Amino acid sequence: MQNHRKIKYFFSKFRFPPTAFYIALFLFLILLPPFLGNYWTQVLGDIGIYVMLGIGLNVVVGFAGLLDLGYVAFYAIGAYGYGLLASPHFGIHIPFWLMLPACVALSAGGGALLGIPVLRMRGDYLAIVTLGFGEIIRIVLNNMDTVTNGPRGLLRIDPPAIGDFVVNSPFRWYYLILVGILLSTFVADRLNNSRIGRAWIAMREDQDAAAVMGINILKYKLLAFAIGASFAGIGGAIFAARQGSIFPENFSLMVSINVLCLIIIGGMGSIPGVILGSVILIGLPEVLRVAQQYRMLAFGGLLVIMMIFRPTGFIPSARRKMEFKE
Amino acid sequence: MSYILNPEVIIDQVINGLTIGGIYALIALGYTLVYGILFMINFAHGEIFMFGSFGGFAALTYFVNSGFSDSHPGLSIIIAFLVAMIISSVLGALLERIAYRPLRNAPRLAPLISAIGASIFLQNVMMLIIKARMQVYPDIIQEQFIEIGWVNISYFQIFIILGSVLLMVVLYLFIQKTKTGKAMRAVAEDREAASLMGIDVNRIILTTFIIGSALAAAAGVMVGIYYTQINHMMGFIPGIKAFTAAVLGGIGNVPGAMLGGFFLGLAEAFGVLIMPAEYKDVIAFGLLVLVLIFRPSGILGEVVSERS
Repeated sequence: MQNHRKIKYFFSKFRFPPTAFYIALFLFLILLPPFLGNYWTQVLGDIGIYVMLGIGLNVVVGFAGLLDLGYVAFYAIGAYGYGLLASPHFGIHIPFWLMLPACVALSAGGGALLGIPVLRMRGDYLAIVTLGFGEIIRIVLNNMDTVTNGPRGLLRIDPPAIGDFVVNSPFRWYYLILVGILLSTFVADRLNNSRIGRAWIAMREDQDAAAVMGINILKYKLLAFAIGASFAGIGGAIFAARQGSIFPENFSLMVSINVLCLIIIGGMGSIPGVILGSVILIGLPEVLRVAQQYRMLAFGGLLVIMMIFRPTGFIPSARRKMEFKE
Repeated sequence: MSYILNPEVIIDQVINGLTIGGIYALIALGYTLVYGILFMINFAHGEIFMFGSFGGFAALTYFVNSGFSDSHPGLSIIIAFLVAMIISSVLGALLERIAYRPLRNAPRLAPLISAIGASIFLQNVMMLIIKARMQVYPDIIQEQFIEIGWVNISYFQIFIILGSVLLMVVLYLFIQKTKTGKAMRAVAEDREAASLMGIDVNRIILTTFIIGSALAAAAGVMVGIYYTQINHMMGFIPGIKAFTAAVLGGIGNVPGAMLGGFFLGLAEAFGVLIMPAEYKDVIAFGLLVLVLIFRPSGILGEVVSERS
C-alpha cells in the first residue's frame, strides 16, 4: 500500500505525458533517419519545414485569431532574401548563418508592412486581403526579371556550412531542421505563456473587451503579424538553401492553404497539433503516392470528412477545449 | 499616353471590361448570397463554375456530333446553358448537404477547410474525367463583329454583357418580389427569427446554393464560348477574383456584387493599358486593398447583420 502510494507520487511528480513523452519522442526522432533511408528522410525534412511554417502561422491564426491566407508571402520573402544574397545570381555569397537573422528581419518587416493597412479589417476581409498580398508577391517575383530572374528562378544557392562541414545531404538537413523546430517550438511555447500571448488570446476572444482591459490592439496585431512572419522567414531561408534552387511557382497559394489546413487539422492553437498536422498533411500525400492520380482526390475528400467528424482538430489546445465545451 | 487617350481604345476597353465584369459579377453573386446567409466563404464556388463550364461543353459537343446544332444553333446554346445550370445546381446542393450542413455549428474555420477540401476534390474529379487535357469549346456560331460608329464589338461580347445583366435582373426581381426571395432575405437577416416565423431554413439555404451555382454555371458557359479553352483548373483565378468583386461591392450585398464585378472588370481592362499585362492580377488585389482601407465594408456597404 505504502509502496503503491510512493509510486503514484513519483509519477505525479514526473508528469508522465508531457516531459517523458517529449524526451522519448526526441530520442526517437534523433535515431530515426538511418532506418528510413534517403527518400523518407527527405520527406521528413519537408514535413519539418512545414512544422516551422505551421508554428509561425499558428501564432497569427491560433493565438491572435487573425485569419491569414497569404502566409506564403513571408516564406517567399525569406527564401528570395537568402537566394538573392547567397547565389551566383548577383555573385554575392553571404553565409547562411548571417543571412538567417536578416531573413527574419525582412519577413518580420513584411509582416508589419502588410499588418498596417489591414489592421482595422475584420475576419473575412482580412482573409481575402492577405490572400491577395500573397498572390501579389508571387506575381512580382515572377515578373521582376531583372532582380529575381523571373520564372527561371534562382539556381545554385549556397548550402549552409559550419567550417568545412557543409549541410548538403538529407541526413544533415534533417538534423538542422530538427534543431530549427526545437527552437521554434520553444519560442512559440514561451510566447504563448507570456504577457504577449495572453494579450493575443484576450484579443482573439473579444477585441473590445481586451481593448477596455488596456491591451493596445493595434500594437498586438502588428506584433502577431511580424512574429508569425519571422518564422516563415527562417523556413524560407532553409527551404532555399535546402533545395538549392527556387522558383516563383514554389510559393503559390497552395502553400498558404496547406499550412492553414495543417494547423486546423492538428488542432488550432496547440503546438503538438501543428506537428501532428504537418505529419498528416505533408506525409499523407507521400503515402498516398501509391494511389498516384487519385491521391489529391482522396486528400480533398479526407479534409471534408475530417472537418465533419472532428472540426476542432486532433489535438486542440487546452484553452480552446474549454471554449468548445460551452 | 496618347495611345490611352484615344477614344477608340477607351471604348474598346470599356466593352472588354464590361464583358469580363459581367462574368465576375455572376460568380460573385454566388459568393455573396452564401456569405449573406451562412457567413462562410464558399471556397468551392470556383469549382462549381468550372463544372458548369464542362456541363455546357459536354452538351454542345453532343449537339455538334449529332448534327443538331447545324439546324438549331440558337436552341442548342440555350439547352447547353440549361444543362450546365442543372449540373452545377445539383453539385451545389450536394456540396451544401454533404460538406457544409454538418458543420453549421462547428468552429468558424471548419467550414472553410471543408470548402477547401471540396474544392481540391472537385478539381481532381474533373482532372480524372478529362485526363488533365485542355478542352476546346466547339464553335457553333462563328465569332462576328459589328461596327457601331468606330467601335468593333463581337457578338459574343454583346451576348455576355446582355446575358449577365438579364440574369442579374431576374435574380434581383426573384429576391425582391417572390415569396422564396423574401424568405431568403429573412434568413439572411436573422436565421432563428426566420425559423420561428415558419420558414424552413434548411430549404432556403439549399435554394441559395442552387441559385448561386446556376449563376456560376451560366458564367462558366460564357467563359467557354468567349475564351474557347477550358481545363480543370479554370475555376481558381476567376473564383478568387469574383470573391474580390463581392468584397469590393460589400459582401452579402446583392447589387454590391454586381457593381463590384463590373468595377473589377473595368479596372482590369484599363489597368492593362498602363501596366504590363502580367500585372493584371496585381491590379485586382491592389484595388481591393485600397478600397478596403478607405471603405472597410465595400463600395455599397455590407448587408451582414452583426451577430457573430
